[in-house]
Amino acid sequence: MSISTLRQQLLAGETTPSAILERLAGDIADHDRQIGAYLCHDLESALAEAAAANLSLPLGGIPIAIKDNINVLGQPCTCGSKFLSENYRSPYDATVIRKLRAAGAIPFGRMNMDEFAMGSSTENSALQTTRNPHDTGRIPGGSSGGSAAAVAAGSAIAALGSDTGGSIRQPASHCGVVGLKPSYGRVSRYGLVAFASSLDQIGPLTRTVEDAALILQAIAGFDPADSTSLDVPAPDYLTEINAGVKGMKLGVPREYFGGGIDPGVRKNVEEAIQRLAAQGADIIEISLPHTEHAVATYYVIAPAEASSNLARFDGIRYGHRAANPADILDLYKKSREEGFGPEVKRRIILGTYVLSSGYYDAYYGRAQKIRTLIRRDFEDAFQKVDAIVSPVAPTPARRLGAYADDPLHEYLSDIFTLSANLAGIPGISVPCGLSDFDGGRNLPTGLQILGPHLGEAKLLQIARAAELASARPA
Amino acid sequence: MPHSHIDVRYVANLARLELSDDEVAVFQPQLEAILRHAEALTRLDVAGIEPTAHPAPVFGRMRDDVPHQSLTPAALLQNAPDQAQGQIRVPKVVTDA
Repeated sequence: MSISTLRQQLLAGETTPSAILERLAGDIADHDRQIGAYLCHDLESALAEAAAANLSLPLGGIPIAIKDNINVLGQPCTCGSKFLSENYRSPYDATVIRKLRAAGAIPFGRMNMDEFAMGSSTENSALQTTRNPHDTGRIPGGSSGGSAAAVAAGSAIAALGSDTGGSIRQPASHCGVVGLKPSYGRVSRYGLVAFASSLDQIGPLTRTVEDAALILQAIAGFDPADSTSLDVPAPDYLTEINAGVKGMKLGVPREYFGGGIDPGVRKNVEEAIQRLAAQGADIIEISLPHTEHAVATYYVIAPAEASSNLARFDGIRYGHRAANPADILDLYKKSREEGFGPEVKRRIILGTYVLSSGYYDAYYGRAQKIRTLIRRDFEDAFQKVDAIVSPVAPTPARRLGAYADDPLHEYLSDIFTLSANLAGIPGISVPCGLSDFDGGRNLPTGLQILGPHLGEAKLLQIARAAELASARPA
Repeated sequence: MPHSHIDVRYVANLARLELSDDEVAVFQPQLEAILRHAEALTRLDVAGIEPTAHPAPVFGRMRDDVPHQSLTPAALLQNAPDQAQGQIRVPKVVTDA
């Protein structure tokens, strides 16, 4: 059930915040064993919040599931890693949690994820497997796979995720829900465990576009505790949400429809674009010429930043500490060896390499310059169009374990999402129909809509039109 | 000009990461494949292009210099794996004279 429907029921006295929480806890107990979206949940503390819920607030009484890399005071925050799974408890609330509570919402549940948000399948969680509710032999996508799977399965009303290269949009697409990555600087990251600081953003995964707008409204805005958050007031994201797409110019980047894209995904995305055209949008072919360099650029910059950010996990102040170290250096090296999983180690090594003397200019310095070219591609495009429409991922959800020994193959599947993070622009994934793929039947596909920096209101407006059109029989 | 050879154990040591022989054997070809892919970046002409370190035009913002409540020592110590006398305990970091 959507937030807006539940809010009507709450205001009409047909249900209570406690009843909603009890029902979710029942769903988790009955069904989440098959899905594995939740790492843990604390019903007792949520019920205490529910008892004091102020229903007059915009999200009053609504439980929101939280990706396990966002700190909530007193709760675990494992980041899907053994390193933090033993005894870490958050000593403070992330700003998004304070803001959700200020809007009346109740943080409820810690959602599985790829370790430190590194991955596109949630298979890199060191703690448990999360399965796609549409086909439990398949990945939910990632890294916010627990958040997406729970919303799709109905065991969460809505969730927060984080998106560094597609980690909200791609699992949303694979699970058939809505996922919004806000513009860089739109939402405070204070209390989000940092992966790649020039790319990370927190955003909602929801059943409807309107719900995504409701949550963005609650969490957007300047925060003195995050020096990268922008001191720009957030507009009202709901005022124009039903205004439609008549007269809007939507760009279709030819580089996003080349070889490698699954025919079922292509068909669904093209039909979704046609439905927007039928509602009066003007469809224009555009070019983002540096797209072919985006994956390499991203997989230099993101690991470089990660290798620096993850230096804090040294076994001293929190998290795993190796037993009986010979000396302090041995303590660092063994604690990290024992605490981190393979993908995290690969990215730390890769990031350290591209930042090391002799390779810095060739890899990291160059990647930053190509990042400028990718950013300019979008700036040029938004001179001609209001937004860009594309697939979210080249295929529907793949089988669990399919790329186990081939990280590069997995990285290449992020091609359509990671440019938005490099450019700092917002992106939304909205369901655009089902497709068969690799022996799987009726798997969700997603339409991605990208807009100019701080252009979330228009993005939501287009996504709402796409959602309405897709709900109508063809 | 970069080349796709990487001394995995040497770089891991720079990152204060111990690796088993098995991990080195698995990571070596995987990291070389990723670096070969990244070599495409070296073929692009980037002369005169400014680097982008940060996608939004906000740099070095200073907070207001006013006192405020910070986390308490107890809150900061609650997650420390080993502590004594209100401090975090670590192996000896100075050698005997």
